[in-house]
Order: sequence, then C-alpha cells, then structure tokens
Amino acid sequence: MRYIPVTCEQREAMLRVVGVSSIDELFSVIPESVRFDGALDLPEGLSEIELDSLLRSLAAENEGSSELVSFLGAGCYDHYIPSVVDHVVSKPEFFTAYTPYQPEVSQGTLQAIYEYQSMICALTGMDVSNASMYDGATALVEAALMAARVTKRHTVLCASTVHPEWQNTLSTYADAGVLELAEPPAVTGGLADFADIAARLDAGDVGAVLVQTPNFFGNLEDLAELGRLAHQAGALFVVAANPIMLGIMEPPSAYGADIVVGEGQPLGNAASYGGPGLGFFACAEKYVRQMPGRIVGRTIDVDGAMAFVLTLSTREQHIRREKATSNICSNHALNALTASVYLSAVGQHGLAGIARTCLAKAHYLREALLATGKFMAPWDAHFGYEFTLAYDGDVAQMHSELLDAGFLAGVSVADVEAEWPTGVADSENLVIFAVTEKRTKEELDAFVKEVSSL
Amino acid sequence: MAHPSDRVYSKEHEWVMVDGDVATIGISDFAQDQLGEVVYVDLPSEGDSLASGDSFGEIESVKSVSELFAPVSGEIVEVNSALDDAPEIVNSDPHGAGWMIKIRVNDASELDGLLSAEDYDAFITEG
Amino acid sequence: MTEKLANTPGAAPLRGPRSLIFEVGSPESRCVEPPAIDVPMLSVDSMLGGRARVASPALPNVTEGEIMRHYSHLASMNFGVDSGMYPLGSCTMKYNPRINEVACRFPGFAGIHPYQPEETVQGALELMSGLADALAEISGLPGVTLQPAAGAHGELTALMVIRAALTARGDARKKVIIPDTAHGTNPASVAMCGYETVTILSDEKGQVDVEALKAALDTDVAAFMLTNPNTVGLFDENIAEITEAVHAVGAYAYCDGANMNAILGKARPGDMGFDAMHINLHKTFSTPHGGGGPGAGPVCVTEELAGFLPGPLPVEFEDGSFGLGWPEHTIGRVRSFYGNFGVLVRAYAYIRALGGEGLTEVAEQAVLSANYLKRRLESTFVVPYGRTCMHEFVMSGGGQKRANGVRTLDMAKRLLDYGFHPPTVYFPLLVEEAMMIEPTETEPLSALDAFAEVMLTIAEEAANNPELVKSAPYTTPVRRLDEAGAARNPDLRWKPVKQ
Repeated sequence: MRYIPVTCEQREAMLRVVGVSSIDELFSVIPESVRFDGALDLPEGLSEIELDSLLRSLAAENEGSSELVSFLGAGCYDHYIPSVVDHVVSKPEFFTAYTPYQPEVSQGTLQAIYEYQSMICALTGMDVSNASMYDGATALVEAALMAARVTKRHTVLCASTVHPEWQNTLSTYADAGVLELAEPPAVTGGLADFADIAARLDAGDVGAVLVQTPNFFGNLEDLAELGRLAHQAGALFVVAANPIMLGIMEPPSAYGADIVVGEGQPLGNAASYGGPGLGFFACAEKYVRQMPGRIVGRTIDVDGAMAFVLTLSTREQHIRREKATSNICSNHALNALTASVYLSAVGQHGLAGIARTCLAKAHYLREALLATGKFMAPWDAHFGYEFTLAYDGDVAQMHSELLDAGFLAGVSVADVEAEWPTGVADSENLVIFAVTEKRTKEELDAFVKEVSSL
Repeated sequence: MAHPSDRVYSKEHEWVMVDGDVATIGISDFAQDQLGEVVYVDLPSEGDSLASGDSFGEIESVKSVSELFAPVSGEIVEVNSALDDAPEIVNSDPHGAGWMIKIRVNDASELDGLLSAEDYDAFITEG
Repeated sequence: MTEKLANTPGAAPLRGPRSLIFEVGSPESRCVEPPAIDVPMLSVDSMLGGRARVASPALPNVTEGEIMRHYSHLASMNFGVDSGMYPLGSCTMKYNPRINEVACRFPGFAGIHPYQPEETVQGALELMSGLADALAEISGLPGVTLQPAAGAHGELTALMVIRAALTARGDARKKVIIPDTAHGTNPASVAMCGYETVTILSDEKGQVDVEALKAALDTDVAAFMLTNPNTVGLFDENIAEITEAVHAVGAYAYCDGANMNAILGKARPGDMGFDAMHINLHKTFSTPHGGGGPGAGPVCVTEELAGFLPGPLPVEFEDGSFGLGWPEHTIGRVRSFYGNFGVLVRAYAYIRALGGEGLTEVAEQAVLSANYLKRRLESTFVVPYGRTCMHEFVMSGGGQKRANGVRTLDMAKRLLDYGFHPPTVYFPLLVEEAMMIEPTETEPLSALDAFAEVMLTIAEEAANNPELVKSAPYTTPVRRLDEAGAARNPDLRWKPVKQ
C-alpha cells in the first residue's frame, strides 16, 4: 500500500458507491483473453530503509567525480555547481508541477522560463529562445529540420567536427526520410575544411550548414568564414555552442548565425551519466514561427498585472498535429530552471571568470602534457577549455594506468568514433582533455607527474 | 447573423467582392466569431498564382489554426499588409478593413459556384 | 466581492509587485565566483585567436540571498502535486516519492560521466539493466531501450524502429493510422518519421471503429498507433481483433503507453498483440514532471523488432558484469549518451519500492478512484461513455454551456479558487467541452470527496450565478491573462535598457 493513502475500509466503501462487489469486477472490462492473471515477476517491494541501502550500494559501485580527478568532457563537463542551485530546483512547487498550461497557478514556472529564455538570448546574442529541448544532439536535429522548413531545402551539411554522437543522431532522424545529409566534408587541422564545404555547397541545394564551436576536439571554428559560405549558398547557418565559453567568446550572432543550439548541461546540471541534460535553442526573430518547442511570453492579466503565459502555441503538436514544427511535448524545463539559477548565481562577471579560469588551466595543462614528451600536438588550432593530443603509445593502457592513479585521463577519440567516424586521419591515438574551473593547479601538476612516469 | 449582400461567400467561409476583374477576399463575420481572437494571419506574396480551392494562407487564434482557401483562381495583385501588425482587424471589421487578398480573376464563371448572402446565412444556420 | 472568493487551502500565494531576476540586485552584487587563477596565462583574446567577447552577456548580478528570495517568490505562485489534487487526465500526476529524489542525487549517480570506463560505472549499468528487465516484464515486450527522453521521443523512436524493420524486409510503406482520439504527439511523430497520417473516427462507444480500421488497412500501412486504455479512459474491448487485423496486412501495432497506470499487473500490451510501445516514466513510474520535464520515454518492443532499437543499451555479460552494447541492426542514436539517467534512477527506485504486487495495487486503486469520482459526478455532468472506466474518465460541460453559457474553461478556472488544479480540458476533441479527470492512486478519499463536492458546487454556481464562474479565478496570483495580446505582440525576453 506504499504511497496509497486509501484504507481497506475506505476501499470497500468506494466499491459500494461504484456499485461493484470487487476490484476484479472493475477489471472485467478487460477482455479475458488479454487479461494478465499471473503475478509480475519482479523482486518484492522494499521498505524505505531497504531501498535506501540497495540504492546506496549501487551508487557505491560507481566511482565518480568525487573519487576521481576527471578530465572527461566531450559533451558533458565537471563544472562546479553552486549550492544554491539544488536548493531552488528542489522546491516542490517547481519540480512537482506539470507543464504550465494553467497560467494562473503556474506563474513561477512561467516567469522562470521567460528569464531562462532571456539568459539564453543574452548568451547567444539571438532574438528568441524556446523553453528547452532534450539535449544538444536533439536540439541540433531540430535546428536542421527547422532550417529545412525555412529554406524549403531538405539537404543539410554537417561539419565532420561536430560531436560524433550528434552526427549519429542527425543521421538516424535523416534515415526516417525527412532530411538528406550531404556527404561529410573533410577535416583539416582539427577544423572544418572551408574548401571542401564550399565545394559541397556549390554542388547541392543545401538548406543548412551545421557547425559546432568549440568543436568535438575542442577547437574553435572560424564562424565568420563558415557563416559567409552558408549564406552565400542560401543556407541557414546553424551553430552549436558551449554556453560557458559564451561568457568570453563573441556570440554566434556576431557571425550571422540564424539558429544557435547547444548542450546546456555545463550550466549547473549534474553529469548524471549523461542525462538529463539540456538542449538550448535560439534563433533570429523572423523565424520564430518555425521554431520547435514551447515558448513563454510576457503579457498582463485582466487586472493589468504582469503575467506570463505559453504563447505562439499554434506551432505545437497539440494544436497543429501532423503539421507541427516538432513532436516535442515534455521538454527539460527543470534543467532550464537549473541553468537559470546557475547563471544568476555566477552572474554576468562570474560566468566570464569561470570561462577564463577553464581556459587558462586548459592551456596550462596542454603545455605541460606536451612537455612530458608523451603527447604530441596533432594541430595548432585555437581551443577553449578542451583540447586534443596524440598519445605516443597505447591509449587504453594509458587510461588504465592513470585510472589506477585516480585520474579519468580524457576521452579516447577512437572509442567515440567507433559509432561514428569524424574523418580525422590517424585518430586512434587521439585523446580529448577537458579542464574545468574545478581542477586545481595541484591536481594538474600531479596529473602531469603521473603522465611523465608512464 | 445576416451577412452583407454586396458579395458572395464560399462554404469555407470566405467572402468575395468583385470590382471589374479584381476580387477582394476575406473571411466572414461568422468565421471570425467562430475563431475567436485572431492573433496571426499568414498571407501569400503578391504575384503568386492561385487555383480555386488552393490554400493561400493560415489564420490563427490563440489555440487554433485554420487554412484559408482561394474561392476563385487568379493572380494575387494585393495583400493586406495591415494584418501583419494588427490581425485583430479581422475580428473588428471582417468585411471591410479585415480583407486579406485581392486576386485578378482568371475565370469569372467560377463565381457562379459561390453562395449569395442569403444562401450563406442559411448554410451556417444549418450548421 | 467577498462572496466571490473561495477559501484556498494552504498558504495564500504572494500577490503584489514582482520583479524579474534582471531587475534585482546591483552591478556590484556577486554570488559565486571562481577562485583566483593560479596558473600563468596569456590574454584571453590571444588564446581565443581574436574571438573574445566585446560586450559581456546581460546576465543578472545578484547575491545568494536575493536568488533564494526571488525563486521562493516564484515558487509561491506555482501549484504542484505537493500543493493539492492535480487530476489532469492522461498526465498521471501522482505523488513523487522523496527517496527517489534523494537517490538520484547520490554522488555515485549524479557525479558520473558518460565516458567513464565501464568498470567504474557498474552500479549505474546494473540499475539500467534492471530497469529495462522490469519494463520488459511489465509491458510483456522483451526488447527495451531506455534512450528516449520523453513520451513523444519514444513514439518517434518506435516509429523509426518500425520503419527500419520494414525497410529491412524490403517493404517500404507510406502511412500510419491513428484514431481521432490520439494525442497530438502521435501525428506529429508520424510526420517526423516521414509517414502520412490517416485518421479514423471512433465508434459510438468511444473505441476504435474496427470496421473503419479494417477499411483503412492496406499494405501501404506501416503501423496503427493506439492509446490503450484510450483517451476517454476506456479499455478497448476489441483490442485482440484490432492487433490481429493490423498484423494481417503486415503492419505493426503501436501502443501509446500514456495510460499504463491503469493496467500495471492487470494487462500487458505485449499480450494484447502490440509490437511496440513507449512508457512515460514521468507518469506511471512517479518521476516528477518538473514543470514540463525532464521525463523519460523508454520503448519496449517484440523480439522481432529488438534488433533495430537505438543504442547503446545496457547489457549483462556472462560473468555478471555489465556494459554497453549495440543491437545488431540498430537504427543508430536518437540522442547523446544513454538516456535520462537521473530519471531512470527514480523510476527504478519506485519499481523496487513497490514490487510486482505494489504496482498491481497502484492500478487497482487508480481505477477504483476514477470510477468512484465518475459515479459521484455523473448525475450532474454528462459522461458520454458511461461504462466502467479505467484510471480516468471524460465528462462533458456541454450541459452547463447550453443551460447557462458557462464553458468548461470557466469551470476549470473556478476550480483554481477552490484550491484544485483543473482536469485536462478540451481533450479528446470528440467530446464537447471535455473534462478528462484522472485522480491517480495517491489521492486520499477525503481529497476525492472534496473535489467531487467542489465540482457539484461549481455546477450550482454555474446555474445560479453564471457570471461568477465566467470571471473566475479570483484568488490566484494572477487572474485570466491576455493570451491574445501575448500572441499578437510577442514579448519573449527581457531586454537590457540601452545605455
């Protein structure tokens, strides 16, 4: 009877009111041939104490960022989460509420999302943001679909330097028949190859050029040139960005981006084995009616008081059904709230401070690792707080030895590439390191020392 | 509800008023009332050609979308751009300032298939 | 005016002036800043190759105290399951157990990275594997992917799987059939999967019109999507015949699992002949809705379709250890990483708390509570499909509209004054002035009775004082909104004042 507050006596009384003699009689509306008469083969229910102990023991079988010093990134980052964040998102009025379809009793969620939209616009430089999507990968797919609607061209060109998992996701959606993917362009020096992209744009009727910066390898793409190429070909320019880096980098809007998306996990969301993250999605105002997902707007109530409401809903599935701009219904509202509280906590100056710290430490570690002679630089591209080096030896062996020493020593490119090739030559020895503001100089130095002794 | 008798109506609730070879098209008072507060009207561009029965745009209220259908064929010669900024005109003056497009009519005989005000009133009463 | 105001139980929400977070604090205010940089560094602009930001983003500048005040004020203007009864049909707004919230925050769950070596995340993989096994048992469908982030994402994933299976057998098809009672996500997912939607009308009992379905089925049909129990709260009594007819033309039967709460341990979609379904963990399995998400929409499929599922999936090796693997004919990825793990932890905790017997009791009480409310309300409101319902039922406010001009929307708003969240309204579309009521098993009898009394009171108010109901609500943080104004002149973000 866990979580069920109705007593046996009350149950009997309720059955009498309904006019049936038993619960079974209620379920007799299920035809006998499809009724499940057995007992579910599941472990027996547990008391809270037993459950707590079970879950603690499962959690204890994992070693996470509290036990290990992590240099893992590639789409999910170990940033510091201010204490205030979880205190806000743990308020039951936020997390036990449904989608704010009744605005009179949902002003908290609605205003918080409006503020989130405002912050995403501030970061990306775009005019409008939606209320969130599932993650960076699906936000990128939605951007491709939206660009295809806007341009009425169904081919999209995705730089091969975009996260392989995101490219894989894009390809799965494309296979469903709604998009065509142009042949993947070459990678030169860890960056999207302009000449190859220009050639592919010349060849086809491309509706969107999709790039990521910093890209999968951590390198900063040349948005000015890529944006120029996209627009010259009549395609929309879609940029996936890292939100922490937007604290110190020129926003994609400065390079003519039409749609900006990204993974918002770094903004106060726990790594949580990769989910739930946060897909952010912003675009130019002229495309707002083609945008997927919910949008909150500011208005007034009958007394003239400031009020917020879900708006431009005619784009969405519950009204436009098969002609909707997306099938998305549930989004990642609580992760968006998390991002808002995070951005409020770090503030205008703190975000830039965090980004600068990450940047400085990443550059420091890269130099130090190169100095060990165990790693080589595969290219000399500018990068953010994540960089790629080539290991002089067996990567799996290196990872294993460093794990024993308490370090998660970066992401092996080959491991991720196993599901989707990036088109980078000699990738089997490449390792991507991410350095967040949480890493102390002592940790960096200890790591370098450990690498030296490999 | 009595609709003005100076024009003809389609069963999709558009009205058509002809002046020479140009037909002005809008939606009926009955249609705007059914829709409720109009918040957005998506109209085609001047110069587009339409065949009778083609969808030429959409009209939205807060929680509904309806397609607009061309009651006659022809080329669009003018679009009511005032509706971009003030779609509520469709509610306040559906038969006047709330007009949507003007079409140079290809074939005037297509108008014969449309309803008189009297027939339209009867049509909507039957529901 | 005082007679217009009902008593809202619990703390009164704060009214009065509100500020945006951008209007709180001052340029000097600080909350969290990183420690001083202790490594040598070049200028930011040179590290970034000339890409440094010229104007810093217009984010708030506030102290921690100001943040807590601001969001506490916002929270006080929100209604959640913890605030009161939330009988939102098809949404299963049940209580969200707190042990689940505690567990998903354990550092061993919250602090693990998706690219850690498998040997460092055995507990996470074991949990995912255990959850997949449990969902297979509950659904009667052996193949499970935990990847989809939400119900709609699950629908789309399953359609992609079906599409891949058809392509693999050289049998590309064009259409997907849905009933007129379908959730909007169904046709939207169909379109995103490159299929054309064919809608069939329901019969006079609110079920699938089997003859209409058979007439629409041909070898161009890829799938038939059905919510069962359906969106008027009825278990389709012809389900076996329906899935058989679908299979007869070589199409697949898809179950939208939004209403799974009604049949836990009582009937399994796999046994009904469905080939694929999604399960909303944020409905049936108690994970919180979070003001719109995140949820999770695992997909369960037959053995035949399992090889096409998106990966990677948790797998158990012979030595009892766990890893990640890809189905042989996988469609690829539908998102990054492995699923909304934090949500999966909560759902797993719920299933382990209840066990098979507890889950079955959930369905029993959910169905009993819905039938109880239906019986208490059906003499005042029209219940168009009157037979025994499952976990929810649909009634019509059409009588009140015709008699007094009071619409369902008005009664829904009036409920807010009495401290209840309204039911789902105006869905499904085939019931005039619809109210879809789902009490869930976690409401006490006293709440069910109070809700019934209030609905009857509102019906009386509608008859005796319709204007009172039409202008409701009166006691909420804001009153009815200018929604048309919001859509005509969209104000979608705060803009800094130009200096």
